[in-house]
Amino acid sequence: MSAVTLDRATLRIGDRAVLSDVSFNIEFGEFIGVLGPNGAGKTTLMRAILGLLLPNSGSIKVFGRTPERGNPAIGYLPQLRTVLPDLRVRGRDFIASSFNGERWGLPVFGRHDRRMIEETLDAVGARDLAARPLSDMSGGERQRLLLAQALIGAPQLLLLDEPLISLDARHQEVAIAVVRKICRERKITVLFSAHELNQLLGTLDRVLYLGSGRAVLGTVEEVVTAPVLSRLYGTDIQVLRADGHIFVMSRGRDVERTDHLHDHNHGHENGHNHHHH
Amino acid sequence: MATIITTTDMFAYEFMTNAFAAAGIVAVVSGLVGYFLVMRGQTFAGHALSHIGFAGATGAGLIGLAPLWGLLAFTLAAGIVMGTLSERISNRDVAIGVVLALALGFGLLFLHYTTSFATQATALLFGNVLAVDHTMIATLAVLGAITLGALATIMRPLIFASLQPELAEAKGVSLRFVSTAFLAIVALAVAACAQIVGVLLVFTLMVGPPAAAQRITTGLWSGLLVSAALALADAWLGLTIAFYTDWPVSFCIAVLSALGYFATLAAQRTRDAHAEA
Repeated sequence: MSAVTLDRATLRIGDRAVLSDVSFNIEFGEFIGVLGPNGAGKTTLMRAILGLLLPNSGSIKVFGRTPERGNPAIGYLPQLRTVLPDLRVRGRDFIASSFNGERWGLPVFGRHDRRMIEETLDAVGARDLAARPLSDMSGGERQRLLLAQALIGAPQLLLLDEPLISLDARHQEVAIAVVRKICRERKITVLFSAHELNQLLGTLDRVLYLGSGRAVLGTVEEVVTAPVLSRLYGTDIQVLRADGHIFVMSRGRDVERTDHLHDHNHGHENGHNHHHH
Repeated sequence: MATIITTTDMFAYEFMTNAFAAAGIVAVVSGLVGYFLVMRGQTFAGHALSHIGFAGATGAGLIGLAPLWGLLAFTLAAGIVMGTLSERISNRDVAIGVVLALALGFGLLFLHYTTSFATQATALLFGNVLAVDHTMIATLAVLGAITLGALATIMRPLIFASLQPELAEAKGVSLRFVSTAFLAIVALAVAACAQIVGVLLVFTLMVGPPAAAQRITTGLWSGLLVSAALALADAWLGLTIAFYTDWPVSFCIAVLSALGYFATLAAQRTRDAHAEA
């Protein structure tokens, strides 16, 4: 049994087929980098795995079963992250709110729950944020908290949608290292979407590249090649390898970097990112 | 000695003990419900509900019902409609503004056909806590118990959906249901609150104390506790001041509520300035 299996799945949003007739198989414990241009369907794919979006044809299986909303085995960091600008709630309570937050009643936590929350804060190095209100945090600090909460409750599958946006270079490295460590220790399957391939090169097992309604899953050597990417981007793509880095270029322009900068600006201006895939 | 005698004097009047009981019930309910209103950034929606309730109250007077029932019917209906129409109603300021102005207009029309125009209008707009009788106290107690019971039932998903709507939705929380249920709860609290301070001044108990509480503490439970305590202090202190000065009760409560908010705001500014220096 695999972690995530798509069998000739088509996912539509409105009239547009975001992914059409896509098949792939992600094994247990794999760290998958999810890449592709804006609008290629990274968020849509994750929403389908969460059971928020049904395939129009074909099938999606998560741990051998049809996805169901509210599956506790999945940890999720959404890309669109609404954080109220003047939210005077401390980091610890913010994290705790997502822990079994779908249950009715009062948000009371037992000793075991509280220890799990503290351990998760430690795991992502967010202990310093526990007592501070969100209104006083930078975008990067909020991001670290959100990463922590995706890990709460010992999930088997982590869906991280652009977790590096609005983090500075140092915190990006820390975030990747934390996810890698937890993934290896707990044998968790990770889908990690990003704009930049290079930061993930040492970490990912395979890469899932999306574009033009298609998806290609394989090792970096198999997937990140000029013919495959040209097909996915629908334009002439060159792949340059230099000094352990890979540059994906379209007509002399670095495809990943320009996308990335675009998102970055958005994140700072609005406090959250408006990218509807 | 002097204080003991004067306090006894105040409570020697039945209308004062009644007022203290009614204001106490309403203050605690308003402080607790208002905490979430402020957290969700929906204070304007709360304001609108009270204005819509004004039309209900005057309309009820016209057909021979107690104003409370008309108030309740209109706020509850409006709360449910607002919740159903949009999950992010707080962003619909213009639509809400137009509807609340319309409601006030209808309130005026209904008053126009009421015989005791001036007394009715003042009581509804600015409250009439000194005229509260035992039946009203019992009604407010039941209303308060229902409101807090409902709030306790949805508190956990409410916090989750307020802080992280995208994640809550992915975990199976129905944002629309939570939002609608919450606005219905706010509607009940507004109806109760308007009995004490009037429809124009519900902010004094539902927004001032919770906003101040969120400046004082960033913890969830401590915030709720401080919010309820501040609302209670505003209400009871306001009544006491009104008794000895002969100023209107709602005015005294409004002044205390504003003082509390600005004092905590100033205290926080000073703290921040010290921290930066």
